[in-house]
Amino acid sequence: MDNMKIDKKLDIRGQVCPYTLVKSKLGVESIEVGQIIEILLDYPEAADSIPKAMLNYGHSVLKVEKINPKEWVIQVKKEVED
Amino acid sequence: MEFTEEQLKRYSRHIILPEVGGKGQKKISGAKVLIVGAGGLGCPVGYYLAAAGVGTIAIVDNDRVELSNLQRQIAHSVKTLDMYKADSAKQTFEALNPDVNVIAIKERLNSKNILGLFKDYDIIVDGTDNFPTRYLINDACVMLKKPLVSGAILRFEGQVTTILPGDGPCYRCLFEEPPPAGLVPSCQEAGVLGVLPGVIGALQATEVLKLIIGKGKPLNGNLLIYDALGVNFRKVKIPKNEDCPVCGKNPSIKELTDLSEEYCSI
Repeated sequence: MDNMKIDKKLDIRGQVCPYTLVKSKLGVESIEVGQIIEILLDYPEAADSIPKAMLNYGHSVLKVEKINPKEWVIQVKKEVED
Repeated sequence: MEFTEEQLKRYSRHIILPEVGGKGQKKISGAKVLIVGAGGLGCPVGYYLAAAGVGTIAIVDNDRVELSNLQRQIAHSVKTLDMYKADSAKQTFEALNPDVNVIAIKERLNSKNILGLFKDYDIIVDGTDNFPTRYLINDACVMLKKPLVSGAILRFEGQVTTILPGDGPCYRCLFEEPPPAGLVPSCQEAGVLGVLPGVIGALQATEVLKLIIGKGKPLNGNLLIYDALGVNFRKVKIPKNEDCPVCGKNPSIKELTDLSEEYCSI
């Protein structure tokens, strides 16, 4: 999984809910079905809520990883048109 | 168009909806809606469309704000008494959302000006209080093939329908001719619960937004009737009339005419 091609990277550190989701949603809208977006964030609740929201939108969550005590990386594969 | 940080905040609850998203919000920003009447219905319709960020909202009304309007016409206030309703509403909507371009048209609709006023808009909203204008709007929308979201209120009851010319019935399919003057009382004669146009106007605004984003099922082919006292919503199917004088196979109405104005206004 770690060598999977990332089509877009989104840095939303410093953002809080609901803007973490707003920016992640717009990020997913900007890629094509089948492509992968990697989201870097530091708002703890979003590490939990964004993967859930992405599954609800119909996308796949490939990875949720805490990379250091304050930051997370989430990889989402776009599965459906917006 | 890219969203500013301010717009991301303002429209965040829309953008996270799967049915709207950034794409739908951009459609809303690009939409042009014309509302006939800045009264009981036009005020809430315009208020919610302005809040939603509809890019251009035109309001057609040549009346001035009176104290008796304030029981239900929520865009106006004691500060805008005697002002043109279109200007008063413009002031209110622009204060709510500076993204929106509000165009105040202080004219009375007639058979001569209606096509020119409607032609540049995507969707027309009927918030009028009288039958001659309601039929004129219907006929003009059929001729221009413009979607029309129509609302009506009296006492404790209201109705909403969406007319998509070429896809379902028009207002004349339901009632071919307006009722004789004096048969149906006006709100001025019969009264109206102040909140009723808020309910019906909010339903009209919902229909407009659904049409703009292209999601859900519009109300075309149905009349939604709300009875506030009994708390009932009834959806009644309206068949398309193949012999309709304006949208039927062989229409007899090919030009717009002004009906008599023996109706009083709300």
